[in-house]
Amino acid sequence: MKAIRAMVLVSGDPASIAQGAHEVYQRLQKEIKAFGLQDEISVSMITDVGRHDALPMVIVYPEAVIYGPVKPEDVHFLVEEHLYKGRIATRLVAPKKELSGRIAWLAARQGTLPAEQRIVLERVGLIDPDEIEEYIVHGGYEALGKALTQMTPNEVIEEITQAGLRGRGGAGFPTGLKWRFVAREKRTPKYVICNADESEPGTFKDRLILEGDPHNVIEAMVITGYAVGANEGYVYVRGEYKLAQARLRKAIAQAREMGFLGKDIFGSGFDFDITVHAGAGAYVCGEETALIESLEGKRGEPRIRPPYPTTHGLWGMPTVVNNVETLANVPAIIRHGAEWYRGFGTENSPGTKLYTILGNVNETGLIEVPMGITLREVITIYGQGMKNGAAFKMAQTGGSSGSIVPASLQDTPMDFDSYARAGVSLGSGALLICDENTCVVDLARVLMNFFRYESCGKCTPCRVGTERAHQILTRITEGRGTLADLERLEKLSQGMRQLSNCGLGQAAAVPLQSMLQHFRAEVEAHIKLHVCPAGSCPMSSRRVTTAA
Amino acid sequence: MSVAIQEKQILCQNARDVARAAVERHGATREELISILTDVNEELGYIPAEALEEISSLLQSPRSQILSVASFYRMLSTKPKGQHVILFCGSAPCHVVGGRELREAIQSELGLEPGETSADGRWTLEATSCLGLCSVGPVIIIDGDIYGNVTPEQLPDILARYE
Repeated sequence: MKAIRAMVLVSGDPASIAQGAHEVYQRLQKEIKAFGLQDEISVSMITDVGRHDALPMVIVYPEAVIYGPVKPEDVHFLVEEHLYKGRIATRLVAPKKELSGRIAWLAARQGTLPAEQRIVLERVGLIDPDEIEEYIVHGGYEALGKALTQMTPNEVIEEITQAGLRGRGGAGFPTGLKWRFVAREKRTPKYVICNADESEPGTFKDRLILEGDPHNVIEAMVITGYAVGANEGYVYVRGEYKLAQARLRKAIAQAREMGFLGKDIFGSGFDFDITVHAGAGAYVCGEETALIESLEGKRGEPRIRPPYPTTHGLWGMPTVVNNVETLANVPAIIRHGAEWYRGFGTENSPGTKLYTILGNVNETGLIEVPMGITLREVITIYGQGMKNGAAFKMAQTGGSSGSIVPASLQDTPMDFDSYARAGVSLGSGALLICDENTCVVDLARVLMNFFRYESCGKCTPCRVGTERAHQILTRITEGRGTLADLERLEKLSQGMRQLSNCGLGQAAAVPLQSMLQHFRAEVEAHIKLHVCPAGSCPMSSRRVTTAA
Repeated sequence: MSVAIQEKQILCQNARDVARAAVERHGATREELISILTDVNEELGYIPAEALEEISSLLQSPRSQILSVASFYRMLSTKPKGQHVILFCGSAPCHVVGGRELREAIQSELGLEPGETSADGRWTLEATSCLGLCSVGPVIIIDGDIYGNVTPEQLPDILARYE
């Protein structure tokens, strides 16, 4: 890389692009050239910068000045003032705002946010994802070199096992154990699949990893392949994630060119290559066996398990399926060791977790924090408090399949085991924070509508159960529910949980059960009093008629 | 032969050509089926029956199997759509930050229910599951253009861009 004195970053998330980020980027390049600064200043288009109030944003290092919203016609002034004359272009500076935890310029603020720790997002927002050199300069492909030249496959698995890494897709299965299952299989070829079919509502962590640091995932897949004895990898990317697909394809081509993919990597005799496969829109394909069916070019309907993919996966062969976030932890663990990794998070859930914070808080976005922080901390520190000073009522974790967590659990540590003990699930890491104006029945109805729509229809408990539950919930929100409906919901949710073929139908029951367990009084108010205590259901207007 | 019939034949031929090109691009194997269908869908806006037939014969797979895959995935359509397609996110994160009000506004503005196409063929309205753009919800996508933090008041201005 050239020696540069300043670095200019342009926010490149879809919302910024929609507001002209590309034009700003092109104009910056042109103006910097016009001032003859092209050899000392770099310009990069990065992913989401962490704020959405003044897009597109331009950030100038090393001063870490944030400009926004920047229009193409502002660029000349900005370049002349800040980069040429060295004065901050005050009139373009973004409105002052307390920073959220997901900020790209964390290096400048390290230590000021108590629980922030970046492992997975270490480079996201700091490097140009289209340049492999930038990844390498920041420690990229070091772990791969170490694994391939200094470690046996068994030692790699042992390191991951010792680190206590658990799957970040929702189930929390120990990653080292999964790899061992595949490694001990004698049949070949074996496969490594990266599950990037991120479709849980409210979850976009994997998108930001792939858009911001695609090489991290590629490196992790090669290490995984080495550990389990596979030479082929597939990334199954959600169809809607066009930018992630493009960045990944480019990164794979660069890695091939540099010899990190292909034949005889690092002279170790190990071969590995990766194919990107785009999905075509089906939530159920996030389920690993449905994903495999889809990779084989079929309908994405889940298979009966067992046998598990570890023995009978893609084309019936042993297959590792790992989530993007899980894989993104791997290079750091190999580079720094299991001991280091265990220094973060809790005893049984080491490491960090990405959360997307959404809903009625002042700051929404993505954060990476150690396992075990609490909802209260998330809301006050990262969410900057509830919007309009409203009271926190409940949080819905992990996309649609997570639990509805009542305010009474906001001091419970968020890690796999503590949440399991409290009877709720951590899910995929979306935290939909709802205030007192959100009606729990209405929320459950929307969630059920999602499952009803996304059910693949293969098994009856899910196909019919989600449909029936949606009908009943709709009836309750309209003030036409009966107490017998609550029993029906209870039975339906039990049936879906126990009898559904895959995680989709089983998970669909979870919000229902949390609703009935923690918010029964509110549900009954709809039925007995024809009142929506949150005042959001359509029937609330009919209250007068009923009373009269 | 009437002009209308001629036009129809040209369209059919075009659908077959597009399908054949997609098969050649990806290879005539079953595992590439979704990529093939995606290409046809992107080029023609939907997957016509003639394209399904062509793919079926090139892949030597029964037409029923090709159709069963084509009809499974949300991003693939076997029916023609309107000139402009509006996707609105119907998932919970958008719903709780004003998505419900926005949805009502869109439906009354266009007079369409989700899944319907207007009589003049101008608009198709579709509800979609989470698009992963939740930090700027509520979100709508029109012909691939993303709009975030949309309020019912902004709606007429946004729609006017697609007249």
